[in-house]
Amino acid sequence: MTTPLILEARDLKKGFVTKKPLFGEPTVVRAVDGVDLAIREGETFAIVGESGCGKSTLARLLVRLIEPSKGQVTYEGRDIGGLSDKALRALRAEIQFIFQDPFSSLNPRMTVGALIEEPLRTHGIGTGAERRAAVARILTRVGLRAEHADRYPHEFSGGQRQRIGIARALVTGPKLVIGDEPVSALDVSVQAQVINILEDLKDEFGLTLIIIAHDLAVIRHMSDRVGVMYLGKLVEIGPADALFAAPAHPYTETLLAAIPISAVGARKAHVAVEGDPPNPIAPPPGCRFHTRCPYAKAKCHSEEPELQDLGDGRSVACHFAQDLALKGIQPDIGQRSEATAKRFEIYSAARARTDPPTNTKSTT
Amino acid sequence: MTAIPDTQSFAPDPVLPKRKSRVWAKFKRSPSALLGGVIVLFFVIVALLAPFLPIPGPLETDWGAVRKAPSAAHLFGTDEIGRDVLSRMIWGAQASLLAGVVSVLIAVAMGVPLGVIAGYRRGWTDAAISRVTEALLAAPFLILAIALAAFLGPSLTNAMIAIGVSATPVFIRLARAQTLSVMTEDYVESARAIGVGHVALIWRYILPNIFPPILVQGTLTIATAIIAEAALSFLGLGQQPPAPSWGAMLNVAKNFLEQAPWMALYPGMAIFLVVLGFNLLGDGLRDALDPRDN
Repeated sequence: MTTPLILEARDLKKGFVTKKPLFGEPTVVRAVDGVDLAIREGETFAIVGESGCGKSTLARLLVRLIEPSKGQVTYEGRDIGGLSDKALRALRAEIQFIFQDPFSSLNPRMTVGALIEEPLRTHGIGTGAERRAAVARILTRVGLRAEHADRYPHEFSGGQRQRIGIARALVTGPKLVIGDEPVSALDVSVQAQVINILEDLKDEFGLTLIIIAHDLAVIRHMSDRVGVMYLGKLVEIGPADALFAAPAHPYTETLLAAIPISAVGARKAHVAVEGDPPNPIAPPPGCRFHTRCPYAKAKCHSEEPELQDLGDGRSVACHFAQDLALKGIQPDIGQRSEATAKRFEIYSAARARTDPPTNTKSTT
Repeated sequence: MTAIPDTQSFAPDPVLPKRKSRVWAKFKRSPSALLGGVIVLFFVIVALLAPFLPIPGPLETDWGAVRKAPSAAHLFGTDEIGRDVLSRMIWGAQASLLAGVVSVLIAVAMGVPLGVIAGYRRGWTDAAISRVTEALLAAPFLILAIALAAFLGPSLTNAMIAIGVSATPVFIRLARAQTLSVMTEDYVESARAIGVGHVALIWRYILPNIFPPILVQGTLTIATAIIAEAALSFLGLGQQPPAPSWGAMLNVAKNFLEQAPWMALYPGMAIFLVVLGFNLLGDGLRDALDPRDN
């Protein structure tokens, strides 16, 4: 249980100034508002939450693509925030990022080969010939062909482009890869391929993965631990299985309830959150979730809960975590829900495919 | 080793045509763009072929044919000291086109780096560059060029420098705005995530992606620069007599408008046509390079 930590965040905060009047206080969107995280070497950690909760900002803070307003990130014991521009750039060979939108995250004016070679070139790894060989190798590894190196990104489909993005992220042999919703822009069948590739490569390269997602179904079977984020804060952290089976935070419960399940008599909480998340410019006092929480009590309106340890590696930020009996999703022994079954079917179909199919063509 | 799905088979051969051919196809479909291209090409070829064409020298005087109307011997007539107007126009095309192209190259060479730096660094660097740009833009283009040319002294080279400097602010502004917009693109963030250095980032990511609008602006500015050169030469600040230039020819011709209108007519038409050509070409390029439609 005591695997060393690879990445640690302490009280990480990021506010974006939206309006700065000549006099008085500027308006600040508190996108990330005090996050503590500890990622262990070799694990897959998923960060989930609805749109606008700050998870993409958090992902960028973790690799210092944006500067935090406050707080500290340590990678293998080194404070990333204190690194010089040059040292930080050198570190980027070890920490890589996979972007959400495969259509906008590849420079349209560079060939695929140049794009994938770029990290090697930037970090001065190998000779020209070695680099080209590495590009060809990683291209076939992510299921493309070596000849594709001469083509431009716009000639590829969404799934293919995302695999180019993965190849670009993995070619330097990084230790830590952060995926900012790596599959949410792809359609389901292609999501399966990309997730498979990520999982396989994770094992092969011994990666630590941090996956940002809003779709719990996607991360469920690939993550070891899950952090649930709401309005700039982590409200629950725990091992994936335990968190899915018995959520400790009402917000986690509602997220789980949003996963479509069609099995008759399926155990599922009938809770639905109403309304939109509160404005992150002025988060509500007390517990941030109280405005939408079906279990909110008086205390929730005034007192903000801290993350408390529940044991078994779980922690939650809810005053009534112990009192509430929240419903999750049973571990999928027995029957899978139809949606999940379908998804798994597509996964295995994608895995099994060995001959060039005549009727299948990747879309998007 | 875990089994990787043979997704290779999913990778269809690219069906989309390459970017370049798409741009060319769009360009070809626009008659006005093609017309502009043809006009520009015609003037460029004629100017380049000047030494080889069967025409009298531009400085050759024929005292037997002073201010003669167009005839078989002198297709566009002769000027006040018996020089062939056609020959002077063809040789003058060299001065005009050169002035147009060189001054725009000067403007691009100064404006684009400054604009990119302003957009890339932001902060006080941007503030300083932008304020100076605005100050320069506050002076009308031609007035600024005239002032600079007068300051540098009359010659074609100085006229080109003056026009180039006067056209620079436009390119600073354009390059800055384009850089700011490219900087927000995900692919720039992806370059930063990889650890690409500043120089490589500007070289591989920003410059190629801001190039199309600069090309368009450059083409359109050549037209403006040609007019500016003509204006400077007309005022005696550009090409110096007896060397030919359209502006200088107009300058002399204005004294003989009633007796010898052809002296003004043909250089004037040439300026009109070449400017029209560059404008049509620039508009055509803008439409062809615009990725929004098609």
